[in-house]
Amino acid sequence: MKKSVIFGALTVAGMAAAASVASAGTLDDVKARGKLNCGVTTGLVGFAAPDANGNWDGFDVGVCRAVAAAVLGDPAAVEFVPTTGKTRFTALASGEIDMLARNTTWTFSRDVDLKFEFVGVNYYDGQGFMVPKDLGVSSAKDLDGATVCIQTGTTTELNLADFFRSNGISYEPVPIETNAEAQQQYLAGACDVYTTDASGLAATRAAFEDPAGHVLLPEIVSKEPLGPLVRHGDNEWGDVVRWTLNALITAEELGVTSANVGELAGAAGDNPEVNRLLGTEGNLGEMLGLDADWAVKALAGGNYGEIFEKNIGENTPVGLARGLNAQWTEGGLLYSPPFR
Amino acid sequence: MTTMTDPPQESFRLSMLLNDTRYRSYTFQFIALIALISLIAYLGSNLVQNLRAAGLNISYEFLGEPAGYDINQRLIEYDSQSSHWRASIVGILNTLLVAFLACVTATILGVAAGVLRLSNNWLVRKLMAVYVEAFRNVPVLIWIIIIFTVMTAVLPGPRAFRGDDPAASMVLDMFAFTNRGVYVPAPEFTSGIFQGAGNWLVILASLVASLFITRWNVRRADQVQEATGQRPNTLWANLAIWFVPLVALCWIMGLTWNYPELKGFNFAGGWTIRGSLIALWFALAIYTGAFIAENVRAGIQAISKGQTEAAASLGLRPGRIMNLVILPQALRVIIPPLISQYLNITKNSSLAIAVGYMDITGTLGGITLNQTGRAIECVLLLMLFYLIISLSISAVMNIYNNAVKLKER
Repeated sequence: MKKSVIFGALTVAGMAAAASVASAGTLDDVKARGKLNCGVTTGLVGFAAPDANGNWDGFDVGVCRAVAAAVLGDPAAVEFVPTTGKTRFTALASGEIDMLARNTTWTFSRDVDLKFEFVGVNYYDGQGFMVPKDLGVSSAKDLDGATVCIQTGTTTELNLADFFRSNGISYEPVPIETNAEAQQQYLAGACDVYTTDASGLAATRAAFEDPAGHVLLPEIVSKEPLGPLVRHGDNEWGDVVRWTLNALITAEELGVTSANVGELAGAAGDNPEVNRLLGTEGNLGEMLGLDADWAVKALAGGNYGEIFEKNIGENTPVGLARGLNAQWTEGGLLYSPPFR
Repeated sequence: MTTMTDPPQESFRLSMLLNDTRYRSYTFQFIALIALISLIAYLGSNLVQNLRAAGLNISYEFLGEPAGYDINQRLIEYDSQSSHWRASIVGILNTLLVAFLACVTATILGVAAGVLRLSNNWLVRKLMAVYVEAFRNVPVLIWIIIIFTVMTAVLPGPRAFRGDDPAASMVLDMFAFTNRGVYVPAPEFTSGIFQGAGNWLVILASLVASLFITRWNVRRADQVQEATGQRPNTLWANLAIWFVPLVALCWIMGLTWNYPELKGFNFAGGWTIRGSLIALWFALAIYTGAFIAENVRAGIQAISKGQTEAAASLGLRPGRIMNLVILPQALRVIIPPLISQYLNITKNSSLAIAVGYMDITGTLGGITLNQTGRAIECVLLLMLFYLIISLSISAVMNIYNNAVKLKER
């Protein structure tokens, strides 16, 4: 009988505690917390991987840091949450992370059905195949009967099934949870082929002991626009992330770099769009609910081009050319709406 | 003069709910029940409200839509255009397959290790102690990964079998051990009398018939022994009952063997036992086998030593003492915990994703959940599945337990 009294009391206490939880906007949450929770991959060299000292570094990490700098003024005020292909959406939907910057493909169903909001594209990619050179394969259409390592729960998994079905050839999938596992299985010869986004393949290959022993097949079998995303329905927060990404892209287009941003932000210059971007003219920052110099802080880590070159550009081990990811003025697809 | 009157009928007062011990316990239980119901109702409405706020709803329509992904191990027909529901069925069958294999293997291992741990031989006894302690005290996930990693690292890839002077070769030209799995010859029936799975049903029916006939044969021998004291030899008759119909059936149905053969990237033909299945099966079997060994040891030690001594004084050999006297009595102690071990194997098989084995947690709870985003629906279905399986195993094993437990009359 004593037990039932205790149990009843616990129940009432639990209900009271649960009822007191209220929610505010993500922007306010982040400001109050003083830290941005940003979801990244569990480790993909060049895009998001912790270095020897445990500091996260990479192309996707650059986006997280820019948002943290814009909101909190400190690019280091980020709590990186490693997520797998399977856990990423649950982590975002449940509020464990404020935003996800993790080579995630913008698809209809994720945007509409899963109730997420893709704020833009930070890397235009496509799915490719990697095979060991001594296998002597030169085209993905020769892969009939091959064993393919594939990360589960990704769009690449669905594209893979479609590609082999439409070409009338068979394959055997080996489902894998993370990129590191896939790399280990592939190198052990447990699968003939590894398939994921071409950028991911290049990044994975760069970490091999003998990168030259593996080739990327010429076929790119899908469109994979990768971009950061936030939860549906919190438009203020979505705007902050979207326009931080746009600020990085616009800055490159306008020639604002981490080197000259301080000087340009010192006083209003000749170019009105640079002035509006850097807060020396107009009140764009106020409209976002941020300081006037939010973009200046975001650009401290470099503009889009600088982040690209530093992490995955041609002079890095990953060695990706700009290709589709060049500015629209240079024949690429990068195009930010104007800051006006 | 006094008159007898009935004692005054005490009327029910509200305060008795708290003050009267007859009612007080009911009062508190009732309050707790109301509180519990409110809590569940609150959590439920909270869920519905949050889902509505996020613009989501609970719907199982996705089960009918094409899954879009492939599964490497399937016991029934399945391709990427099949529905999510069919993908779940494939996963369920894979779960049941690995659970069944692991239960059988773990029982054999466990009984052997449990008996040997009580051996008089010091070396055998200590070896078994090391096995039991090592496997019981390391998480099963670690064992799964260890076995899988060792397999992929030690065994050669299919590429090693290629060329004029291959680095690896098939055992007896029939079995290929590779880091992707083991390839074995598969029986095939060519006469075409029965279609597909029909052949297997015929074989199964013949085996069941053989089982009943041999049991009848043994019972008849028992009767003869009781009547005359002489036991007729049943061994040869039983062997004939098992094998003659089987061989005849195989010959009639045109049994041939389909050997695995290196073709393109992989071995083709025969049966493939994937590395992921082997790793999961072995890890579950040896891990749970260690627990079963302890159950068996406890069961045997629960039998009074006098039983052994009495049997020995009759002139029985140690092996027969164990089989005829000790183990039958020990079963009533062994079976109940054994049921939980079978349940553990089934539930632990959900660690399959660690090695990429596509069980129900991998298909419905993994890829389907992820591709459709229907987390609540998928997890509810998963819970229902594991609940049904666990209760079924428990029910069947309890029937068996009732059959073998000590009969008290």
